[in-house]
Amino acid sequence: MKYVALNDLHVSLGAKMIEFAGYNMPVLYNNLIQEHNAVRNSIGVFDVSHMGEFLLKGEKALDLVQLVTSNDASVLVDGKIQYSCLPNDKGGIVDDLLVYRVSATEFYLVVNASNIEKDWNWISKHNTFGVEMTNLSEGTSLLAVQGPNAIKALQKLTDVNLSEMEYYTFKYGTLAGISHVLISNTGYTGAGGFELYVPNAEASKLWDAIFNAGAEFDIKPAGLGARDTLRLEKGFCLYGNDINDETSPIEAGLGWITKFTKSFIMAEHHKAIKDNKPTKKLVGFEMLERGGIPRQHHIIKDANGNVIGEVTSGTQSPTLSKAIGMGYVDAAHSKVDTEIFIEIRDKQIKAKVVKTPFL
Amino acid sequence: MNFPDNLLYTKDHEWVRIEGDTAFIGITDFAQHELGDIVYVDINTIGKSVGQHDVFGTVEAVKTVSDLFSPLSGTVTEFNNALESAPELVNSDAYGEGWMVKITGFNQEEVSGLMNVTDYKTLVGA
Repeated sequence: MKYVALNDLHVSLGAKMIEFAGYNMPVLYNNLIQEHNAVRNSIGVFDVSHMGEFLLKGEKALDLVQLVTSNDASVLVDGKIQYSCLPNDKGGIVDDLLVYRVSATEFYLVVNASNIEKDWNWISKHNTFGVEMTNLSEGTSLLAVQGPNAIKALQKLTDVNLSEMEYYTFKYGTLAGISHVLISNTGYTGAGGFELYVPNAEASKLWDAIFNAGAEFDIKPAGLGARDTLRLEKGFCLYGNDINDETSPIEAGLGWITKFTKSFIMAEHHKAIKDNKPTKKLVGFEMLERGGIPRQHHIIKDANGNVIGEVTSGTQSPTLSKAIGMGYVDAAHSKVDTEIFIEIRDKQIKAKVVKTPFL
Repeated sequence: MNFPDNLLYTKDHEWVRIEGDTAFIGITDFAQHELGDIVYVDINTIGKSVGQHDVFGTVEAVKTVSDLFSPLSGTVTEFNNALESAPELVNSDAYGEGWMVKITGFNQEEVSGLMNVTDYKTLVGA
């Protein structure tokens, strides 16, 4: 088991710790819905230091990024971030990730904790460009400060003008007296806010400064539980649930980050799926009847009882107070408003396909 | 955490309150706290007979699903319909408005085998 730098702090705050992606992580501090609402309505902080960070450096760094990722990183300028994925050679996805352009010859990749080793090996295997790769994961702490009041709290701690930073941009700056903090206008909640990357040795100082600055907004620590309900309300894919080694980015609705304006691993395969229309699609749905909460692996049926797909994520939405989910269904049943049935404890519970994000 | 003296308990974290020939059954304060926000209570045994330790329903929190085990054998005569629209009563009033089912036709021997509050507190380290 691995431990984040602030492990003892989380324990002292009374967090319920679980093993996630090989790390001992806070899943809940006190109450999931309160943590969820703190982020949606004010400000909450996630310690997501388990996430992986790679630095790719060299004259041909962009060539490597272009080969292994699906989005077109050539459009990035310094300080800009892109959501992307790493297609594998079987038509599936190695991981989804963020690509930061530090400079024309330097890219910072942020990957899922569960996939650090797999991603590293995959990218290394394709590094025939002499790109210098550094795995910064173990030494980097990441605090996601999320919610509408995040910017107000954080602005007290830095001279970097946060309101001038657009979504999916980043800057290096001094924050809370810590120099060279990677300040990133990103997050996994759809609630606004910033993600802050610092060396492990600075994590405690950063945490304390954020909580002092956020006190007037009733800032709360938030666990992985709330992180999941927040991301699902916004329809964000979770690797291991909604996308995996076998799902196609086109079927997953990630066509917008799959660009055929450049070549990349398995590009022709994915272009063919797009051109021929995918046979199944990841859709959002909401439950129309009471009967339970949709969960990963629940079967999806049509009105005649035919199996048409499977749930990949589901929850009771704290913000909407209804049960929502995502899952793959046959393309014929993927249109908004299509009536579908989720099988929960041998009962078919009525639902309908809806647009994502859910809110 | 609250554990009333007048209730009986099980190792599966259910409580039992005997009123005449009816047993009220719910989950303990410890259980609701462990589960977190309850969002659905599914009882699929209404009108049916259940054996002791049989699953009589399911409780769903935001992140978890747990089976409910019957503390007694008997017939499930009633579900607390208030939980249909307000499952959060299990969190806010686990021993009162958050009761789940009524069971009748149980036998006294099983009742005397249930845990008293002292034993239950020991079980959960309270």
